[in-house]
Amino acid sequence: MKVTLKIWRQPDAQTKGAMHTYDLDGVSSDMSFLEMLDVLNEDLIAKGEDPVAFDSDCREGICGMCGLMINGQAHGPEVTTTCQLHMRSFKDGDEIVIEPWRADAFPVIKDLVVDRGAFDRMIQAGGFISVNTGSAPEAHSVPVPRDDAIRAFNVATCIGCGACVAACPNGSASLFMGAKITHLGELPQGQPERDSRVVGMVSQHDAEGFGGCTNIGECTAACPKEIPLDVISQLNRDLQTALRHGH
Amino acid sequence: MAASGIIFILYVLAHMYGNLKAFSGHDAYNEYAHHLRTIGQPMLPHGNLLWLMRIGLIVALVVHVYSAAALWRRARSARSTQYVMKKNLASSFSSRWMRWGGVTILLFLVWHLANFTIGKVNIQGGETNDPYNLLVDTFEVWWMTLIYLAAMFALGMHLHHGTWSAAQTLGLTNNAKSRRNAKTLGWILAVLVAGGFSLVPIFVLAGVIN
Ligand code: HEM
Ligand code: SF4
Ligand code: FES
Repeated sequence: MKVTLKIWRQPDAQTKGAMHTYDLDGVSSDMSFLEMLDVLNEDLIAKGEDPVAFDSDCREGICGMCGLMINGQAHGPEVTTTCQLHMRSFKDGDEIVIEPWRADAFPVIKDLVVDRGAFDRMIQAGGFISVNTGSAPEAHSVPVPRDDAIRAFNVATCIGCGACVAACPNGSASLFMGAKITHLGELPQGQPERDSRVVGMVSQHDAEGFGGCTNIGECTAACPKEIPLDVISQLNRDLQTALRHGH
Repeated sequence: MAASGIIFILYVLAHMYGNLKAFSGHDAYNEYAHHLRTIGQPMLPHGNLLWLMRIGLIVALVVHVYSAAALWRRARSARSTQYVMKKNLASSFSSRWMRWGGVTILLFLVWHLANFTIGKVNIQGGETNDPYNLLVDTFEVWWMTLIYLAAMFALGMHLHHGTWSAAQTLGLTNNAKSRRNAKTLGWILAVLVAGGFSLVPIFVLAGVIN
């Protein structure tokens, strides 16, 4: 099939970017979206042009590295990651608009590649638990109620891709933050740092320049891991508890 | 945002319910308006409870508008480059209209207070010191009723999203069931308040209240 691609091109962070149009022929519906971009890049390289820069790593939907705004939807029209999106979701003759995540906290490095270091700094500000290194503790020594374990596991599937920020009209990272806070807060190992975690992550979130959540719900619809909105309620609840404890 | 919003919700519920007194006729309505100023007497001087409420509402308004402006400013600086193409998939229209809807309500509030409280403007030129007659004279004019109905639509939308959003902000919706309940409550309050407020202007215009 044949598609028309409108892609954001920007040589580096300092230079202003613009949309460029490319016609691509010979696309198979079995190709993944990123393979389609690989084909485009081979064409561009053959013509001596600069290939389109985009992020990817596992191409299995588990690492969170990929992420493109495709026709106005984060990760495109299916509930999955960009790498797991296939060209069968498009038709012959389609026009496909491809942009990077738009958030000032995720500055564009080049073309479609953005710097998501803000997420790493939020994790450093509280998204961890402290354990002693050395021999692993006996797993059965810390019982976890089944429902808590299920909730923790479900939200631990967040891969930190940033689609929630990209889709949010406020540019808020509350779904990502809520996923981490719920994941660690549901488990016994997460309790000692529960208060400082939420306070640290929220202050870092705000300092990075993400917007405030108004519970619009675009994030959860874009999330490839279907993290539910209740993690944001949990985040607010934990924040209130921490503030009550004098943090 | 949530705390000041809930103060408004309680207030509009009470206000809407009070307005329905118009269906009981001239004397009952005016007595109710007068009674609002004498509640608590002689413990409280004339009109004091009303003033306590007004101060509470003014504080809530300042907090609410200030927080709304802060959220608006943060959202704008969080995405200074807009998408060429952006679809909204899951969000309700009311959730995306909180800001402009809020501004609409604020403008309406100024109009409404000028109309009935501070300015007491009778656009039919009749008397202004009789609350019931002022009400009837106002809503007999079709475009006045229309302005109020439009404002109630904006208020209903604001309540539809605001109720659920406040529950979420307060950390009350930690599972799918409570989330559904909060959204249902948003619908109920929106229909109850906007619908209840709309009854009086509609029935005045229809000539039932006169
Ligand atoms: C006076 C003009 C008003 C303005 C400018 C305004 C503006 C806003 C804005 C921008 C939000 C944003 C947050 C969100 O999307 O959740 C909001 C939330 C809210 N508003 Fe208003 N609003 C006004 C009046 C009212 C009134 C009269 C009520 C009650 C009937 C109300 C109840 C609420 C509630 C409950 C929330 C949700 C709070 C939360 O998310 O924590 N607002 N308002
Ligand atoms: S919450 Fe979902 S959309 Fe947001 S970073 Fe995690 S996996 Fe990506
Ligand atoms: S490349 Fe790893 S999730 Fe897409």
